[in-house]
Amino acid sequence: MATAITEIKVTPEIAAEHGVTREEYARIQQILGRDPNITELGIFSVMWSEHCSYKSSKVHLKRLPTRGKLVVQGPGENAGVVDIGDGLVAAFKIESHNHPSYVEPFQGATTGVGGILRDIFTMGARPIAVLDSLRFGEITPGKHTSEEEAAKNRRVLDGVVRGVGSYGNCFGVPTVGGEVAFEPCYSQNPLVNALALGIAKKEEIFLAKAKGIGNPVIYVGAKTGRDGIHGASLLASAEFTEESQQKRPNVQVGDPFMEKLLLEACLEAMQTGAVVAIQDMGAAGLTCSTMEMASRGGTGIEIDLARVPQRETGMTPYEIMLSESQERMLLVAEKGREHEVLSVFKKWGLDAVVVGTVTEGGIARINNNGRVAAEIPAHPLAEEGPVYNRPLAAPAPRIESEKDWFAFAPEGTNLTENFKKLLASPAIASKRWITEQYDTSVRTNTLAGPGASDAAVVRIKDPQTGAVKRALALSTDGNGRWCFLNPRVGAMHAVAEAARNVAASGARPIAATNCLNFGSPEKPEVMWQFSQAIDGLGEACTILSTPITGGNVSFYNETLGKSIYPTPVIGVLGILDDVSRVLKIAFRDDGDVILLLDGSNSSVVAQQASPPQSNQASALAREFSSSEYSKTITGIVAGEPPAIELTAEKRLIDCLVALAAEGAIQSAHDISDGGLAVTLAESCFASVVAGLQTGASSSAASATHLSATIKLNGDAPPEHAVFGERGARAVVSVKPTALARVLDTARQYQVAAHELGQVTRDGSFRIEHKGRAVVDASVKALRDVWAHSLEYALTKR
Amino acid sequence: MKFGVVVFPGSNCDHDAFYAISNVLHKPVEFIWHQSENLANCDAIILPGGFSYGDYLRTGAIARFSPVMKSVEKFGKSGGMVLGVCNGFQILCEAGLLPGAMMRNSGLRFICRHVHIRVEQTDTPFTNAAQKGQILKIPIAHSDGNYNCDEATLAELEKNRQVIFRYTTHDGSNDNAGNPNGAVRNIAGICNRERNVAGLMPHPERVVEPALGSSDGLVIFRSMVEALVGAAKATA
Repeated sequence: MATAITEIKVTPEIAAEHGVTREEYARIQQILGRDPNITELGIFSVMWSEHCSYKSSKVHLKRLPTRGKLVVQGPGENAGVVDIGDGLVAAFKIESHNHPSYVEPFQGATTGVGGILRDIFTMGARPIAVLDSLRFGEITPGKHTSEEEAAKNRRVLDGVVRGVGSYGNCFGVPTVGGEVAFEPCYSQNPLVNALALGIAKKEEIFLAKAKGIGNPVIYVGAKTGRDGIHGASLLASAEFTEESQQKRPNVQVGDPFMEKLLLEACLEAMQTGAVVAIQDMGAAGLTCSTMEMASRGGTGIEIDLARVPQRETGMTPYEIMLSESQERMLLVAEKGREHEVLSVFKKWGLDAVVVGTVTEGGIARINNNGRVAAEIPAHPLAEEGPVYNRPLAAPAPRIESEKDWFAFAPEGTNLTENFKKLLASPAIASKRWITEQYDTSVRTNTLAGPGASDAAVVRIKDPQTGAVKRALALSTDGNGRWCFLNPRVGAMHAVAEAARNVAASGARPIAATNCLNFGSPEKPEVMWQFSQAIDGLGEACTILSTPITGGNVSFYNETLGKSIYPTPVIGVLGILDDVSRVLKIAFRDDGDVILLLDGSNSSVVAQQASPPQSNQASALAREFSSSEYSKTITGIVAGEPPAIELTAEKRLIDCLVALAAEGAIQSAHDISDGGLAVTLAESCFASVVAGLQTGASSSAASATHLSATIKLNGDAPPEHAVFGERGARAVVSVKPTALARVLDTARQYQVAAHELGQVTRDGSFRIEHKGRAVVDASVKALRDVWAHSLEYALTKR
Repeated sequence: MKFGVVVFPGSNCDHDAFYAISNVLHKPVEFIWHQSENLANCDAIILPGGFSYGDYLRTGAIARFSPVMKSVEKFGKSGGMVLGVCNGFQILCEAGLLPGAMMRNSGLRFICRHVHIRVEQTDTPFTNAAQKGQILKIPIAHSDGNYNCDEATLAELEKNRQVIFRYTTHDGSNDNAGNPNGAVRNIAGICNRERNVAGLMPHPERVVEPALGSSDGLVIFRSMVEALVGAAKATA
């Protein structure tokens, strides 16, 4: 069997089985000037897979803004790099591991985290934080989900959460944030997007460019096995069918302990000054690392597979080149100094073997026991692969009328019960059951972990002295439902929300990374969604000054022909110049004034994109039908996402950053899923009544959390006012003595500031609309529902 | 006075312990590599948290056989001050420097959260700066922190007042309710009979500055510093 595969005569049919089209095959013949052998075909097939080559997305990705004055390294390297001052840079990137996480949730998620961590420390940066953006099918039975389906989704969630935790916890990097969302469309195609952030000195950043003819090429880390062969090409670049479960052997297996050793050894080896270039072996393993290093460096490379440490005997060149065994690196050392590098790896107990050399002439030659197993010009393989401008087609317009939309309850209706339902829904409920399975505080940098602030905030210790000056904030966001209803506007919202979250933590947004999860690019409707989303991202990142520095595209997220919602997930990085100015969501003191900051100049909503003949009321209904409330309470998912005004978002962001720097506000929390009511409630839930800290005894009668009394006016229906999700808004709390100053700052930034009410300590959460109570309950009752429903859904059913 | 922080392959709280001692307490500290049998004349040894040797087989089971542990055992048995945090506590149990063993958390999941522990004894070098009954807010982060031992050992521990930290609620009113992992008698930390070796599951090195949500971990390190200062005076 093992020998048989090397003797296979390659035909266009065998190429087709590798996912290589006839045209692509002809191109391979042209590049080689002959027919490829089976190993070469394997190499071309993974390098030209959608996952590695971006062949369908390239033409669109060009439209994204990637430059900025702080951007040190944009897309194309292992991770994006931005200047964060004091001679330091941050390396960060988000990546998907969707299909493996469905086939084998635990290992799929662990290797997703492992892969992104390697991308970061390959650049010479020590990882300091991970965020995970997770999307699953519904975990409770409902209109679109049977109990059987829900049970399966719960198992997938459990495996993914354990996997994310297991890897990060053992590796020793805190998992500080992210998001968890639920929609029926992710039922057989969960999304597992992992973001990692690392810090390095600016002059010590490493790139993956082979340099110096004659320099030795060194293989380090875990041994190569047969796991993960064709992970990139078969799992990540094809849609799912019923047989996909049989692809379990294509999923890699992670070993965080090995990766921790690899991290320490790599960073130590880099310090010797003898490392010229380094590249991790992620997707497409040895193939991708050798070919890309040579191509980027404009050199050739020659390696001998017989020297590659192998876990199993009898592996063919095809298998060794295509294995996706985890925790491996390829590096180029300075000739004559390889022993310095090898001794560091030996100290850490890791395999490190010289497997080849950098050569002249641009040819990648793979030898095996004295025979040439593959011989390919590296640059044409890596850079001159197929590029497709695939057909786009807008889907037939959705014909909707008022009867398809949310019907607002009349004024005066008490909405408390609906509010409780919303707080109990998995989308809104506390994610504590999940986040407590992640180590959030290792490395002692976490200033705001999951749920404490709108963004995760970690401080930066100087790598040498440990001195602390600045902090970084990160938020990942995406709204598949909105992108499904309007991919361009939905994508803009994703950027806006991530940037707004960062600003609400007090940090100035400086750069972004994106993970674009879509269906099959071979479907014109999907490509249209993709193109629209790119336009939205580009526009939003430009206006919000957050250039895209990297990320990945994940196509073929479909099962049995059904695509997921188009789901661009955006990670925005922000910088906080003073670590003591972190803003959190929790209300702080009884008597503080609650303000709504609104970046929109006009109070008219939803005018954009709504048909001119529709009146104001139906415009509101149309927009509200895309809300979390509408989905949870009525099951209606229709209409349009709220209109977005990017300049309004920008004004709000600038205003929040200024208020944080002034130290003028007590708390900040943006308005997003579930609207104003959820924002206010979460600020209460996160609060602690003064005097109830450690050691003090609490009398049973007194409230443990602060509360709020809110008075709303305006002509919008109460449900819209309380649960609407229009952007560019945040709730802040202010000491009465600081109110005048805050209002003044808001005016300077042309942000409207509406006084909504007060922080109280009577334990009663009350929202009045035009003088009538629409939500009225104790904070305790609301918090109980919110705090425990996810755990109940996952473990007690 | 010098602290030593042992680095096993897979230790991941080594830098945090080092930082707490050097940058917050401003005391001398150095790393000690697991293959070294030389404790570099340190006066106190810290076995940090993490997943030593991947925690393969059983937490701490392999670390216990590393060269450095031979010296740590000798050091501990001759009265040297040794503190094990989380994985370090597990290693001390495996090495027989402390009695008992860890089981999986009762919920069978990794848990990371702030817990509250009560200082039960203050006549140890790890707690002498604390008030008896003082409640500390310190995070845990472990899968295997469910401390257990046989009845006779438990009786010994209680009789010799070796239980130095117990889980409780924020106001100290309900120990069972504050127990995150099922540990017997809500035990969060113990010392040996001679009181110079201690282990605890919560991570004091993670809460040494108010910005980190609590600075309650400082009292443990300050106690160690005071004990070392006291010991130096006694020998002077």
